[in-house]
Amino acid sequence: MSIVMQGAPPATRSRGRVSAARLRELGGRAGQVALALAFPAAILTAWHFATAGATYSLVPPPAEVARAFWDLAFGGINDDAFSQTLLTHVLASVGRVLGGFGLAVLVALPLGLLIGRVPFVRQMLDPTLQLLRPIPVTAWLPLAMILFGIGPRSAFFLVFLGAFYPILINTVFGVRAVETRLFEAASMLGCKGPAQFSRVVLPASLPAIFTGLRLGLGFAWVVIVIGEMTGVQTGLGAIIMEARQLSRTEIVIAGMIAIGALGFISDRLVMLLGRRLLSWSPNHV
Amino acid sequence: MSEPTIPILEMRNVSKNFDFSGQRIQALAGANLTVRKGEFICLIGASGCGKSTLLRIAAGFEQPTSGEALMWGKPINGPDPSRGMVFQDYGLFPWLSVRGNIGFGLAARGRPKAEIQDTVSRYVDMVGLGKFADAYPHQLSGGMKQRVAIARVLANDAEVVLMDEPFGALDAMTRDRLQDELLELWASTSLTVLFVTHSIEEAVFLSDRVVAMSPGPGRIDSELLLDLPRPRDVSSPTFNAIRSDLNQRLHSHHARKAA
Ligand SMILES: Nc1ncnc2c1ncn2[C@@H]1O[C@H](COP(=O)(O)OP(=O)(O)OP(=O)(O)O)[C@@H](O)[C@H]1O
Ligand SMILES: [Mg+2]
Repeated sequence: MSIVMQGAPPATRSRGRVSAARLRELGGRAGQVALALAFPAAILTAWHFATAGATYSLVPPPAEVARAFWDLAFGGINDDAFSQTLLTHVLASVGRVLGGFGLAVLVALPLGLLIGRVPFVRQMLDPTLQLLRPIPVTAWLPLAMILFGIGPRSAFFLVFLGAFYPILINTVFGVRAVETRLFEAASMLGCKGPAQFSRVVLPASLPAIFTGLRLGLGFAWVVIVIGEMTGVQTGLGAIIMEARQLSRTEIVIAGMIAIGALGFISDRLVMLLGRRLLSWSPNHV
Repeated sequence: MSEPTIPILEMRNVSKNFDFSGQRIQALAGANLTVRKGEFICLIGASGCGKSTLLRIAAGFEQPTSGEALMWGKPINGPDPSRGMVFQDYGLFPWLSVRGNIGFGLAARGRPKAEIQDTVSRYVDMVGLGKFADAYPHQLSGGMKQRVAIARVLANDAEVVLMDEPFGALDAMTRDRLQDELLELWASTSLTVLFVTHSIEEAVFLSDRVVAMSPGPGRIDSELLLDLPRPRDVSSPTFNAIRSDLNQRLHSHHARKAA
């Protein structure tokens, strides 16, 4: 056939030469970053002036929190029980989060695909899961402690539970939203039955699944702290509770910052992975 | 052609009822249609007269309520790669590139990688999408998407291509071009095409035979053999005479129905 196509393939940016547009773009980015930093800087300043030099303050000034954080991470300042323990606690928490989250993915993802696609499974499991869903994860804590004892296993279980529902619900939603047209297209091309799970259902619902993964991981970080607050020796939740009992507010805040940073980093990692896997989707950035 | 006596597709007295919120809708009532290998047939008729339903039964997406749908004399039990469907809304897989979409059927059927690559490249070139081979559907124009959809069923060894208003959503210029391309493809292969359209002009331009359907309930009303040489000149007197004849036939149904 003789068809001449007009136009160029999807934009590929020319490299090497730095154009004016590119410079402007960089300037724009710098401006954006500056704007995003302005607000926390203002808060830090306000915090500093409200607390530094005060004779009595419930909250320590930012500089003291920074020092506590440094000591927690590298030691050499206070040389007490908290010094240089950050890595241990971070590893303990990250391990539980990844373990509980990973298990939640392994269970919720296949289950969500089945509930979304197979009416029998949906009719059997959906009512029960919907009834259990309104129970807050925190309400499971006492039962978890009875079942798994006071200790890291309860925390692990809570993380699993916290990540489970967001992943499940978003997966089911994603599967239900796949257009029938795509199943018709697949079956007329010779892809029928269970083969459609990997070739159609999974890729088509991947954007929704990623939303579920991000939410689930976020919940995992929320829940881990609650899980570690009772009867656990290591972990960021444990260290915060211990510091509170010893009235070391600066360490409480340092621990909070560590949790926030870890939650942020893990969210970014999932987002990066999503961006790679979902580059085909016009709605996904 | 193995057995020229057996039609490639045959609808024998096909009826189809739908139950729609407690109501029974008769979409087709005893439709008969015989399609011979290599024919280019256009189905035309008022909205709701069952054209899509007939095509979907031929594809195997729907089963007739009564009557028989046959391919090479055997009942059609479900969708099959030998009957490829081209949808008006494309139905491309958004997570696959042009190549991925064209190779989908071959990959799903477990063909060797090298063979898939070969076939895909051939069809990418055939529909002129070489530069866009790695683009995703959302990066393509409607016309390009429909080219991918056509290449996808051809790469999958379709003998019959079922097209449900495939160019209905395209602008007039793209539509004209795709009509030419489709005819070229059809002429250079042994394809059989069953093509639903709303446009009388499109039907007369493309087909060997125009099958007019009438509504309430849907059935085949009349057939018109078009023994015109191709390429056809849409402004020629013969073309216009046929067009107005068909126009009259289709409109007489409305008159009859209203009476
Ligand atoms: N899945 C369905 N459920 C209920 N009714 C249906 C279904 N599919 C089609 N129908 C009905 O069957 C009749 C024929 O529909 P069909 O889509 O075949 O018409 P058509 O000729 O393709 O119309 P159009 O030209 O508007 O596409 C219509 O009355 C329609 O409402
Ligand atoms: Mg239709």
